[in-house]
Amino acid sequence: MNRPVLAFALRRLGATLLLLLALSLLVFALMYLSPGDVARNMLGTRNVTPEALAEIRARYHLDEPFLTQYWLWVSQAVTGDFGTSIRTGGPVGPLMLSRTGITAATAGLAFLLSALVGIPVGIVAAVRRGRPLDRLLVGVSVVGVSAPGFAVGLLLLYVFALGLGWFPIYGTGDGFLDGLWHLVLPAVALALGLGAFVVKLTRAAVVRELDQDYVTFARGRGLPESAVLRIVLRNAAIPIVTSLGLMVAYLFGGTVLIEVTFALPGLGALMEESVLFKDVPVVQALTLVVAFVVSVTALVVDLSYLLIDPRVRARTVRTRAVRG
Amino acid sequence: MTAPTRTGMLVASDLRVVSDAGPIVTGLDLAVSPGETVAIVGESGSGKSMTVKALLGLLPPGVRASGRLELAGGAGDLVVDLADPGTSWKRVRGSRIALLLQDPFTSLSPVHRCGEQIAWGIPRPGGRTARAGDRHGTREHVTRLLGEVGLPADVAGKYPFQLSGGMRQRVALAAALAAGPDLLIADEPTTALDVTTQHEVLELVAGLQRGRDMGLILITHDLRLARSRADRVLVMYAGRLVEEGTAAEVLGDPAHPYTARLAACDPPLTHRLAVLPTIPGSVPAPSSVVAECAFAARCEFAIPACRTAEPPLIEVAPADPALAEATGGRRTACLRSEVVRTIEHVGESAAEPAAAGIPAEAAASPLLTVRGLTKRFHGSAVPALDGVDLEVTAGESVAVVGESGSGKTTLARCVVGLERPDAGDVDFHAGSGARGAALARRVQIVFQDPYSALNPGLTVGTCLAEALAAAGRPKSEVAGLLTLVGLPEGYARRRPRALSGGERQRVAIARALAPRPELLVCDESVSALDVSVQAQVLNLLSDLRRELGLTMLFITHDLAVARQIADRVYVMRGGRVVESGPVDDVLGAPEHEYTRRLLASIPQ
Repeated sequence: MNRPVLAFALRRLGATLLLLLALSLLVFALMYLSPGDVARNMLGTRNVTPEALAEIRARYHLDEPFLTQYWLWVSQAVTGDFGTSIRTGGPVGPLMLSRTGITAATAGLAFLLSALVGIPVGIVAAVRRGRPLDRLLVGVSVVGVSAPGFAVGLLLLYVFALGLGWFPIYGTGDGFLDGLWHLVLPAVALALGLGAFVVKLTRAAVVRELDQDYVTFARGRGLPESAVLRIVLRNAAIPIVTSLGLMVAYLFGGTVLIEVTFALPGLGALMEESVLFKDVPVVQALTLVVAFVVSVTALVVDLSYLLIDPRVRARTVRTRAVRG
Repeated sequence: MTAPTRTGMLVASDLRVVSDAGPIVTGLDLAVSPGETVAIVGESGSGKSMTVKALLGLLPPGVRASGRLELAGGAGDLVVDLADPGTSWKRVRGSRIALLLQDPFTSLSPVHRCGEQIAWGIPRPGGRTARAGDRHGTREHVTRLLGEVGLPADVAGKYPFQLSGGMRQRVALAAALAAGPDLLIADEPTTALDVTTQHEVLELVAGLQRGRDMGLILITHDLRLARSRADRVLVMYAGRLVEEGTAAEVLGDPAHPYTARLAACDPPLTHRLAVLPTIPGSVPAPSSVVAECAFAARCEFAIPACRTAEPPLIEVAPADPALAEATGGRRTACLRSEVVRTIEHVGESAAEPAAAGIPAEAAASPLLTVRGLTKRFHGSAVPALDGVDLEVTAGESVAVVGESGSGKTTLARCVVGLERPDAGDVDFHAGSGARGAALARRVQIVFQDPYSALNPGLTVGTCLAEALAAAGRPKSEVAGLLTLVGLPEGYARRRPRALSGGERQRVAIARALAPRPELLVCDESVSALDVSVQAQVLNLLSDLRRELGLTMLFITHDLAVARQIADRVYVMRGGRVVESGPVDDVLGAPEHEYTRRLLASIPQ
């Protein structure tokens, strides 16, 4: 049983690598897809002299064939060398690294908040389906899903930072606790929409499972409600885990706006600055990193199905057995 | 049979179930003694499932019960007020009453091992904290329960999807018995199972019941099953108890016209009827019946008094006075029961035995020839079809019978072109040698489940017009199609959800007839219907066959249905045809051991 599962995991990993390769090709092609001369684009908004253009061409091997250029770029990218930022003139890798901490902390905090609040709230709403509490929670989550993160961010800033003065307005703070303190509002703004999304998906999954015959059967032979809920949650785990996986992808979209709103110097803000400045190497590197994180999350979610659902596990084994 | 004693282990009095839309069950008394089997019989909408859900406090949201439930047993007496929302069902469920559901495919959690699921129900003497230390004892208990239901101990480590339907139902039974209930309620426990498996599971339940002196409430729509398994029978109609008594008396000598007609609707296995008896009309909603007999509108014996007040449930004399003492409680809610009982076979006046099938003319040309059909599904170890030969002559009706996994549905789907066989030929000798879409129109299929076969968003008229347009016929034929299947023309404006199951299946048949097919394939087309509706649809199909000269390929698991509809029958098992021939020969004098076993498994 374990060998086929391992084989499946390896095959899935291989597929992820292929996907990343294809994505990196697309990302690299971005530079050529943007209008105008590549060398000119790479110089960004600076003054253009023929010497500078020639130097850029030489440095980026722009006279080489496309695939050779791609190979040079991607083989360096896997070692963490994403080239030089046009805007700062410094290497892209360390630049991104210096900004990663704050984004990881904001996104991580937002992820934890939306999962730790969203899943239980979704379960409560499902169990109390149709009752006033459920209506209230569903109503709030509809607002949460529809409210744009940056607008919520501005509102939070206005009320809790400007009005009540409970939280700082901007900046990152010093030290761990103060840093966390500064990240609370951005994380909440980011988590609100995502959490509402998790509430809705969790509620739908649990409601569907609560209607199943095995729930009636479990109750009918005297199992306590707590045991019934445990059985239901195990069965509802697949859609819930899937929604958490999707959330990771949404986190990156949201974090750009939130970091700009709260003036946090994270990867999102870096992305915004680089796009404005046409800093193509940085945009490429950031896009590739996001693609990497999202694909790895999808891989983890897929592999988690094997743990959660024995039917998926059995199907994997059977498919292998027939092919082999 | 155990003679029921007056001391019931379960006595429910004045049990009522009400939803926001109106009453569902309008007052019923029920008593079960230890070791006794009570069958509650009725069609969909009769309220039989809601009655037993009320006994366990398992009614869906928005549905309320009232009445009094008295339970006696080893754990002392207990009185439950069914209307009290604060009732603690912990004392009732599991240890006193356990529920076994119809579908073993959905009643077990798919992601938990069977042993685990059985263990959940085992009461722990030291409370929930004793769990860790008790693991060994629990495992032994699970093994013992599995042994009781005839399963090896290693089933405990398996997941439900790794087991067959019959094995799953055994696991479910072990789980239901885990807390040692005094009474088991089985809601259509074998309807989803194959006939041979059905027999095994019912035998098993009967054995366990004897061993444990357990009461059993059997909910079923199958009168034959009720007659062969139950001591007493309660017949429900539109939320009312219309008749009760011993199984032999109620089903052998019905005192209520509904019971009599329902019994007559059940197609006989031994001979073919020219027209199956039916009950005209359909079951009314319990809430729409006010101050009249609920069956009056469909009853041939109704007199004005039936329509002015609801008839009370009154004692009637048993057919055999000698039995009066032992059986007691023969009651019916009918003013005309004396008349009903004097008539030998209600509704069977029209049911003359028909000549056994239309003799296939030797010269008739074959319409469909299937040769060496083989199909193996991806990821499956055994082939679904393993070299099937079949021939259907023009104008003939051929049944393919078999249990699940026999390949009969795959065969039907290959004939219609919904599946591509791995090897073999499906030759359709259409007049013009048509291929592709033109051929597809010559063969049409009617599926099993009329609830999922129709698009819920389209009106019946649009749905039929679409089918007509696909065949290049004008929309104006919609009304004609509806008339053809016995529906009013006004139904064209309705959507499927406003139709009953039988009406939906008529629409599905009309849709299949839209391109004027030569061959109609019916894949279990009457299995999901109530017995009285099934009889109506079977009659419709044989009328259509006569009127339109249709050729039919009828896939069914029900041998009695095959007997009524088919001229010839093929018996399939494991992807092969094991026996074939005229229906009278195969079902009357089966040659293959498997056909014999199928016939022997049907409750008599």
